Amino acid sequence: MSGQLTLRNMVAVALLAALALLPLYSHLTHNIFLLTLFTRIVILAMAAVSLNLILGFGGMMSFGHAAYLGIGGYAVGILAFEGVRSGFVQWPAALAASALFALVIGALSLRTRGVYFIMITLAFAQMAYYIIAGLARYGGDDGLTIQSRSQFVAPLNLSDKVQFYYLCLALLFGSLYLVWRLVNSRFGLVIQGARSNDTRMRAIGFPTYRYKLVCFVIAGTLCGLAGALLANHTDFVSPAMMYWTRSGDLIIMVVLGGMGSVVGPVFGAVALLVLEEVLSGITEYWQIILGPLLLLVVLFARGGIDGLLGKVRHG
Amino acid sequence: MVERILAEPLLQTENLAKRFGGIVATDDVALSITAGELHAVIGPNGAGKTTLIAQLSGQLIPDAGRIRFAGHDISALPMHKRSRLGLARSFQITSLFLDLSVLDNVALAVQAHAGHSFHFWRNARLEAGLREPARAALARVGLSAREQLPASALSHGEHRQLELAMALAGNPRMLLLDEPMAGLGPEESARMVEMLRALKKELTILLVEHDMEAVFALADRITVLVYGRVIAAGAPADIRANAQVRDAYLGEAEAAYG
Repeated sequence: MSGQLTLRNMVAVALLAALALLPLYSHLTHNIFLLTLFTRIVILAMAAVSLNLILGFGGMMSFGHAAYLGIGGYAVGILAFEGVRSGFVQWPAALAASALFALVIGALSLRTRGVYFIMITLAFAQMAYYIIAGLARYGGDDGLTIQSRSQFVAPLNLSDKVQFYYLCLALLFGSLYLVWRLVNSRFGLVIQGARSNDTRMRAIGFPTYRYKLVCFVIAGTLCGLAGALLANHTDFVSPAMMYWTRSGDLIIMVVLGGMGSVVGPVFGAVALLVLEEVLSGITEYWQIILGPLLLLVVLFARGGIDGLLGKVRHG
Repeated sequence: MVERILAEPLLQTENLAKRFGGIVATDDVALSITAGELHAVIGPNGAGKTTLIAQLSGQLIPDAGRIRFAGHDISALPMHKRSRLGLARSFQITSLFLDLSVLDNVALAVQAHAGHSFHFWRNARLEAGLREPARAALARVGLSAREQLPASALSHGEHRQLELAMALAGNPRMLLLDEPMAGLGPEESARMVEMLRALKKELTILLVEHDMEAVFALADRITVLVYGRVIAAGAPADIRANAQVRDAYLGEAEAAYG
């Protein structure tokens, strides 16, 4: 994303172009499944991009990021269930609910560090999971079927698979642009400074807590939007979409793709989910293959896929 | 009136005390530092010098006593507010942003003094208002040629220079320097002494240092701490002549270094 013609940038552009052309390929080959798979990949890539903002750039090891997927998704699901079908109401509600949740969780958890931060974000996310699983009116454990997707004005129609795919892709591109602007701004440098050396940041005059909190809220809100998309994609929400293993998946995408690289999480999401798809077609014990692969990346390619494609960037 | 303002010390502490469990780190410390002087604080290991700097910079809050800086009572102010008043600190153990570039390190220090940083859109690496003062500070310590390297690629001596550039970046009124010579070779030490000699013309400096040669070459006044207490304060010649100091510290140092 730095404008130079490096291998890394070429691969990034090629991947984004391939994502843009995918519906055409899926149409020509009559492979609807491919479009469905990649809609899911694009949505989860967006969630991973949002996690990367706090994890990769901010050094905040949140283990509860999937909570926002669930909160964004349930905002859409509950409103649809109660008869409010307008996306102009549902989506802002999804964003606001995620932002508020992030503000509360962040305000409490950012007072801790290291393992405590990991545990407290995990604990809050699990709390949200059990609260939602306890909502009997909205299906409890079994989840909630969404009868109709969010309604926007014509010609935008989310039930059209190609249109919906492009909407998700446009929002992913928008998220990438947003994160890219953010991390190179004054705000972004403060966040990266706090990741690098928080004590020193405070010594030179930055009240880092409030910057990290704002960053945490931005990331949570963005992930809430991904949650609203995911609910529309599956026409269904369930507590499973915010279970802690899903938070783990998002972390794996970020680490696999390259922490602290703007497009890295997209590499990670595509690699992980495609691999999962291909390997589970080969054997039902596909995790036995995936596990060691991840181990290799963590041990030998610290910058993830992004790092393999070029030098690890400093900031 | 004018004389009174001139005579008022830039930094003053009264009865400053800090205990860690049963250990008294600083005990009833009274310091008075006039604007424009280079004031050295010396003392054997464990005398409480670093604790003193931590209390002055706000990293530690004293158990008792008061600190005044430039007419403000700063005893209860957090670190970043003291820093904004113009009290800058360098660290004994080099404390940099190792994964950021040398220029980013200093530019962050400039940014810290350029209002709040809730600017989310403009590319801060292209802002002349941040980059130019940072480049000027790097030039002052002689690191201009290294600005694009990650800070982790610099040598130990260069880390010290960078540390100093960061402290200078906010145009502070006073520098708190915690052992800037620690771990430097003779050549690097000499360079650091020259740099501090140039800086003391422009700012007030509190220097905590083990290198006696450097201290006596630079200091206008010296305070001697032993077990957290001030046992002597005065001009370098008086300190050198003070029998109590010789007993408590210089004798030991001579034995150790001689």
